[in-house]
Amino acid sequence: MLDNNKQPVIGLFVTCLADLYRPEVVFASIKLLEAAGCRVEVPQSQTCCGQPAFNTGDFSNTADIARLTITALEGYEYVVGPSGSCIGMLHHYPELFQPEDPWHARALALKARAFEITSFLVDVLQFSNIQSQFKGKVTYHDSCSGLRELGIKQQPRALLSQIEGVELTEMEESETCCGFGGTFCVKYADISNRMVGNKTDNVAKTGAQTLLGGDLGCLLNMAGKLQREGKDVQVRHVVEVLADQLSHPALGESAYHLGKSL
Amino acid sequence: MQITSPQFKENARIALTDVGLQKALGNVKTGFPQKRANAVARLPEFDQLRDQGRDLKNHIIANLDIYLEEFEANVIKNGGHVHWCRTSEDARQTILKICQDKGAKTVTKGKSMVTEEINLNEHLEANGITPIETDLGEYILQLRGEHPSHIIAPAIHLNLEDVSETFHAHHNKPKSMDPAVLMQEAREELRARFVAADVGITGANFLVAETGSSIIVTNEGNGDLTQTLPKTHIVVTSIEKVVPTLEDMTLFLRLLARSATGQEFTVYNTLSTGPKRPEDQDGPEDYHVVLVDNGRSDMVGGELQDMLRCIRCAACMNHCPVYGAIGGHSYGWVYPGPMGSVLTPQMIGIEKAALLPNASTFCGKCESVCPVHIPLPKLMRHWRKNEFERHLTPKAARWGIKTWAFFAKRPSLYRLLSQTSNRMLRLLGGKKGRIHKLPMVSGWTDHRDMPVPSSKTFMQQWNEKQKAGH
Repeated sequence: MLDNNKQPVIGLFVTCLADLYRPEVVFASIKLLEAAGCRVEVPQSQTCCGQPAFNTGDFSNTADIARLTITALEGYEYVVGPSGSCIGMLHHYPELFQPEDPWHARALALKARAFEITSFLVDVLQFSNIQSQFKGKVTYHDSCSGLRELGIKQQPRALLSQIEGVELTEMEESETCCGFGGTFCVKYADISNRMVGNKTDNVAKTGAQTLLGGDLGCLLNMAGKLQREGKDVQVRHVVEVLADQLSHPALGESAYHLGKSL
Repeated sequence: MQITSPQFKENARIALTDVGLQKALGNVKTGFPQKRANAVARLPEFDQLRDQGRDLKNHIIANLDIYLEEFEANVIKNGGHVHWCRTSEDARQTILKICQDKGAKTVTKGKSMVTEEINLNEHLEANGITPIETDLGEYILQLRGEHPSHIIAPAIHLNLEDVSETFHAHHNKPKSMDPAVLMQEAREELRARFVAADVGITGANFLVAETGSSIIVTNEGNGDLTQTLPKTHIVVTSIEKVVPTLEDMTLFLRLLARSATGQEFTVYNTLSTGPKRPEDQDGPEDYHVVLVDNGRSDMVGGELQDMLRCIRCAACMNHCPVYGAIGGHSYGWVYPGPMGSVLTPQMIGIEKAALLPNASTFCGKCESVCPVHIPLPKLMRHWRKNEFERHLTPKAARWGIKTWAFFAKRPSLYRLLSQTSNRMLRLLGGKKGRIHKLPMVSGWTDHRDMPVPSSKTFMQQWNEKQKAGH
C-alpha cells in the first residue's frame, strides 16, 4: 500500500495511560514503526483523546479536547497509537460536530488516517519482520473498543505468530469485556469486580505465563486483579513483546529486583 | 410494579451474592449466545437480513402514522376495534372497561411485556378481575408474586428447585424434580382456566397493516388457547410493532427467532385477524387491539428514534456481561439489560433511571448482536449527556470530569499533572510496584491492586532524549 521510496511520517498518539503508566509501550511502538520504515514524530500539544468526558456525557469539553487533538495531529500522513480504545475515540470525533461545521471535515480526515498500532503494522504496512527473542506461553485478551469499533482481532495474532518463541493459547471468552470500562470500574465496583474475576479465571485456566493485550486500561485492570488473587501471570502490552522491549518489569511488578530505582 | 431502579447498585450487590441467581445466570451465559451463534452460522445471509431489517424499520418509523392508520382501517373492516392509548393509565382503563362490559371474572393472558409496562395485572385485580398468566414462565412467576427478569424468558432467574417448591406449595401434588412432571402439572392447572376464561389478553410481536392482523410467536401454544377460546380477545401492544405487509413480517420473524432463542423459527406463529367469521369453527366473538404509545411517539424524530426498531429479541441482554452478572431484577423495572437502559429512562423518567445508562462498559457486544443494528451504547451515552446537561450526574463525578478536562485542554498543564501523578503513584507504590489500598479510588483497590507507573512519563523521557540530542 505504501510507496516504497517514500518514508511515511507518523504522528504518534501517545495516549494518556501509556504516557503516565507505561512509557515503554510508547518506546516499543516507536521501535516497531521505525523498523517498519516509518519516521515517527511526537506532537507536543496532545493530551488525552477525551473519552472520559465523552462517556460521562460532557460533550462540550469532549468537543474542546477533540479540536485540540485534531489540531495537534494534523499534517501527518498517519496517526498511530498503542490503544484500540483511544484510536476508537478519535474515530468518534465526527459525531461531535454538525456536518456543516468545518471541524466535522477535519475530524473525518483524522479518522481516515488514525490507526491502532497492530492494525497499522498489519493492514497498512503489511509488516512481517518482527524480531523478538521472547519465549513463553501467552494468552491474548481482545479489548472491546479495538475489537468491535476497529475490527482488531487477527492483527496482533498475525504479528505474534512471527515470533518463534511465542506459544499462544486462547482463553475462553477472550472477546468478553474485562469490566474496566473507564470510570465504570470505580462507579460500579462490585459488577466490575465480578467481570474481571471471570476474566482472570479464564486467563488462569490457559496456564499461560503472560497475558497480552492492546489496551492499557484493560491490562491495568486485569493485572491488578491477577496480583490481588495471587495468580502468577505477567501482564504486558503486546507491543512490548513484539518490539522485544522486555527489560522492564511487567505491569504492577517491582523494578527493584531489576536494580532500578525511582 | 414497584420501581427500584434508583437502588440499582444495591440491587446489584445483593444479586452478586445470591447463590441461586448466580447459578441460574450461568445457564443464560452458556445457553442463548451459543444457540444464536449456531443459528447465525447456518444462515450465511443473516447479516444481509439484519441490514434489511434495519432499513425496513427505519422506513416504518418514518411512516408510522400511515401504517398505523392502514392497520386500524383493516382491523375495523374485519369487524374488530382499535383503541389508541397515549398513556399507561389510558390503556389500563380501556382494557378494564372492555372486561367489565363483558362481565369478565377471569382473564387468561399470553406473555406480554407491554402489559407489564402498563401494570395491567394489579389494575385488574384491584377491580375484581383475576388475570391468569398462561406462559409457563409467567405462570410460575405469578404463583411466586414476582415479575419477569428477562423479556423472552421471564423466569430465567429461577432454578428447577425453585419451580419444584413453588408448584408443591400451590398445586395439591407430591413434590417433583422432574421437569416433564412439573410441566404436566402446569398444563393440567391451566387447561381448566383456558376454558373458563371470559377474556383472553395477548401481546403482539408484530401488527400487519395490509391485513389488519396481529401475530404472536410462542413455543408453548398457550397463546393460541388464550386467544381462540374466550369470547373476547384483546391484543395489547405498542405502536412501533406495525409492519406494512405479511412478507415484511416474515423478515422479522426470521431475525427474531434466530436472535432470541437460536431457533430457525419459533414453534407457534399465530396470526389473528378480527373476530370469528360465520364460517370459522372457533375464535373470539369480539376482537380488540389496544395500541399503547407511552412515550414512544416522542421518540420519533429524536435522538432515541433508533430504539423504536427494537423487536424485543433479548439478544442484547443475553450477551451483556453486566446483565449476565446481576440478572434482570437489578434494573428495577420492566425492561432490563441494554435495551432497558435506553427505554426505561424514557418511560419512568431519567431522574429515577439515572444509574441504568451508566451501568455499561460500552463493550459494544449488545450492538454487535442486535438484529436491527440499534446503536445501544450511543443511545446510553445520549442519556449520560442528558444527565450531565441537567446536572443529574453525581456531583463528585461532575466536578472530577470538569477538573480533569480543564487540564486536558491545556497541554503544558496536563503534562505537569501527568508528571506529578506519575511521581506520586510511584512513591505510593514503593518497592512493590503496586498499591494495595488507596482510599481515593477504593472502588478499584477494594478488589484489585493498582499497578504504579514503571518510570517517568513518556513525555518527560522523550523530551529529555530530544534535548540530549538522540
